[in-house]
Parts: sequence; structure tokens; C-alpha cells
Amino acid sequence: MKDAKTTQTAAPVIEAQGLNLTFETADGPVQALKDIDLSIRKGEFVSFIGPSGCGKTTFLRVVADLEHPTSGTITVNGMSPEAARRARAYGYVFQAAGLYPWRTIEGNIRLPLEIMGYSRAEQAERARRVLDLVDLGGFGRKFPWQLSGGMQQRASIARALAFDADILLMDEPFGALDEIVRDRLNEELLRLWHRTEKTIGFVTHSIPEAVYLSTRIVVMSPRPGRITDVIESPLPRERPLDIRDTPEFIEVAHRVREGLRAGHVDD
Amino acid sequence: MKNILPVLTVVAAILALWYAATVQLNRGWTEDRAARAGTELSFTELVTDTMSQQRPRLPAPHQVVVELWNSTVVEEFTGRRGWWNTGTLSNRSLIHHGWITLSATFLGFAIGTGLGFVLAIGIVHNRAMDASVMPWAIASQTIPIIALAPMIIVVLNSVGIVGLVPKAIIAAYLSFFPVVVGMVKGLRAPDAIQLDQMKTWNASGWETFLKLRLPTSMPYFFASMKIGIAAALVGTIVGELPVQQGGLGVRLLSGSYYGQTIQIWSALFAAAILAAVLVGVIGLIQRRTLRRMGMAP
Repeated sequence: MKDAKTTQTAAPVIEAQGLNLTFETADGPVQALKDIDLSIRKGEFVSFIGPSGCGKTTFLRVVADLEHPTSGTITVNGMSPEAARRARAYGYVFQAAGLYPWRTIEGNIRLPLEIMGYSRAEQAERARRVLDLVDLGGFGRKFPWQLSGGMQQRASIARALAFDADILLMDEPFGALDEIVRDRLNEELLRLWHRTEKTIGFVTHSIPEAVYLSTRIVVMSPRPGRITDVIESPLPRERPLDIRDTPEFIEVAHRVREGLRAGHVDD
Repeated sequence: MKNILPVLTVVAAILALWYAATVQLNRGWTEDRAARAGTELSFTELVTDTMSQQRPRLPAPHQVVVELWNSTVVEEFTGRRGWWNTGTLSNRSLIHHGWITLSATFLGFAIGTGLGFVLAIGIVHNRAMDASVMPWAIASQTIPIIALAPMIIVVLNSVGIVGLVPKAIIAAYLSFFPVVVGMVKGLRAPDAIQLDQMKTWNASGWETFLKLRLPTSMPYFFASMKIGIAAALVGTIVGELPVQQGGLGVRLLSGSYYGQTIQIWSALFAAAILAAVLVGVIGLIQRRTLRRMGMAP
């Protein structure tokens, strides 16, 4: 509860007001986001959950300046998303690791650093540090195909952490992995979040994953994509995997499920 | 080497068919001559004669092989004008003519590949070029090169460009096309996630090109170069026909002037062997490069 209070007082990092986004498609306009009001404070771990087409990924992409809202305002670190992107305010982890096969793991992590103009020595130092952070120390000289899917996704998280963005946007990063690997990576991600104190926006469609990781869960529903519920998690920041068997956890999961069901009544 | 047996079987089948066709196509001349001389031909005599004529309609495979050998190794080592006796290549040897063709092919291939590469970059990065260049590139390939080649030679000749360059330009005309098509596809091969990723890092178009598009396009680049170099060889040979200054094309043409079918076929095979070697060399570089890049199994 004490943790919840400290995050409450922190400054907003991402602030959206009356955000709308309509895609023009061949079948006519599709409203991907409707009247989104959301404020994410520094150090929060916010999950976006909902069925496909609810706009959770679209919202993350708007934050990242990969999509442009039709109306409404959004600021990232007090700037426009474009300015924030140019200032390299965030690291983005996509659904697929997207590692380059012709680069070693270290080479892949150096890639954004090369683009951002870090010195060679600095690149090496940062690559080493983030590889240790995701428990891939010693794998720097391997090529992507020599690593398992879970390790590849860890490398892609390391790559997003390599430059000092204090926001981490993750779009279903563990969606393609099996349950066991996913559990372990969830645990590691929480530890990473504690150590780095980043603000994390996390898209998922797994209820246990959302509840286990988040300080706040944003439940969304489709057609048009909108927020139906925002749930503050009462769970402590320190979360062993077996917290998922506690009544508090089950209660939050239940509320998320209710929120998802409520969104479906409209169909 | 499990593949060797099927390959040999196919080769043997082709040879058998070829020999059969040799007998069938050349027997008319043999029978005419026998009829005029009033002699009866046994089957063995007929077959032997069809395979050893001076100017057969279709030379037998071994005649072509012998001619290939004679007009390369034998000519250069024992011929009066050969390399062994004069220190320079004989103008009657396929090595001499092959080299003339090869040098124009290389130059044309280099020009064509460079042009194709530059056009592809333009098409991928520039909206106006994307809309306008490709139809012209396709149109350029619909004109029969055999009709266009003399025009190119004449026009270039009138501005004082003669020798190697006009032939190379005809070769380039044929070889730029597969490179444009392949490289446009290749430079657009990175998937949406990888391009978005570059955007999140605020990478410039140049950095995206250099670090993502170019490496991703390599398999496409090699595939189009394989087609391109074979096309360059064809273009060079076609270009040699009106120029008449040596090359495999000239051997083909003079062979047909004098009814030297064996010479035509051996020049044809020399061209085919050359093409196979060129494509093979690119394939080898492709395998090594892509394996090093982790893009080939």
C-alpha cells in the first residue's frame, strides 16, 4: 500500500487525454481508439489487456510515435511522442525478437548504440552490462540461431535497455513462448523492473501475466477500442511466483476477467 | 554425392538421344552419296559415316568435344599462331575468342549490376522513381536485343566509342534488369517489425539502408546476379555479331557462313561452359557470404 502511494505522487510520464484514432480501411473507417484518458506515472508497471482489436497495441504504438492519433492529446515525458522518440525516451520490445542473423548477440545489442553514436568502448561496456542484466552474460559472441526462443527475446529486451530510455514499451513480448519459459521470463522482468526503476507499458492477453506483473491493469474492449476498467493492484512489489495462489491475486484476476466480459456484452 | 547417379543417367539419356538424332539427320547425305556411287551401305557403315562427316547437319557429341579440344589446347600448343610458338593467343582458338567475350561480359555485368543497384535504391527510396522507372525497365526488355544491338553499335560508333565498350553496353542492357527486379524486392524484404524498430531508434534512412535493408537484400542480390551474368554473356555474344572483332559470337556467325556446323556447336558449348562457370562462381561466393551472414543453412 505504501508503494502505491509513492507512485501516486510521482510525475506522469505518459499522459493521454481524449485520444481517438481511426484507421481508414477498404471496408470503411475502423475506430481503433476511442476517448482514451490515461495517465502513467514514473516507475509504474502498467499492463494493457483485452481481446484482439481492442487497441492495446495501437495505444502503445501511439506512445511510440509509430501511429498518429486522429484527435486528442498525448504527451510522453512532457513532449509530443515524436519529440520523445527523437530524444530516445523509450525502448520498444516487439512480439518477435527481430534479431539480425548476421550479427552476434552483442552486435545486435550494439546496433541501436551505433545508430545513436555511442563510442565503441561505451558500446562494449553497455552491451556487457545489459547482457548481465538479462542473464545472458557469456552469450555475447553467439549468433541468434544458436539461442532458444526465450533467450532471443531476452536479448531483444537487453537491446531495448542498452540505451538510457526510462520508459520500456513491450508488445506481447512473451506471446510466442511456452508457459514455463514465460513464467521464468515474467519473474526476471519483475526483477529487472525493480533494479532499473523503469516505467513499463506492457501489452498482453494473458490474465495471469497481467496480474502478476502490473501495478496497474488497463482492461480494454474492441469495436471501438476503449478502456473499460483500470485496476490498481493491491499486490506488494515483491512478488514470488506462488503469489498467484493467494486470494488477493485470484481476486484481481477475477476482476480483470469480469472487466473483459463486460466489454464483450456490447457485441 | 548421392546425386551423381541420377545426373549421369540424365546425361546418358541426352547423349543417346543426340546420337540417334545424328544418325537420323545426317543419313540423307550419306545415302545420296552411296546411291550416286552405286554402292550398298551396311548399317555399321551408315552409322559410322553419319558421325564423321565434315559438315553434318548435326555433329555427333564426340565431334564437338574433339573440335573443342583442337581449337583450344591443340591450337595453342601446336598451332603456328598458338601461344606456345608465338607467346600470344592464336586468333583461331576458342581461348582467344572466349577471352574477348569474357572481358566484355565482365565489363557489361559490372555496369549492368551497378546500374540495376542504383535504380533499385532509387525505386525503394523515391516515390517518383517507384512509380516511373519500373515500366520503362520492363519495356526495355520487351525489345528484341538482336534488333537493338546493331543500333547501339552504330550510334556509339558515330560518337567514337568502339571496341569493348559497345558490346559491354549491350551486355549491361540485358543484365541490369534482373538486378533491378531482385534488388527492389530484396531492399523491401525487411519485415514491418524491423523497420518499426529502426524508427524507434530514430535511425536515418541511410542507417536503415546500410544496417538493415542492404544486408537483408543479399540473398536476392546473389540470385539476381546469377541471372544477370548469364544475360550479360548472351548480350555480349549478340553484340559481337555486328562488330565482327572476335569473340564467341563471331565464331558462331563465321561458322554459319561457311556451313561449319561443328565450329558452331563447339562455340555454342564454349559459351555454355563459360556461362555455367560464371554462374557457378557467383553461387560459390553466395554460399560463403550467406553462410557467414547466418542467412543460409
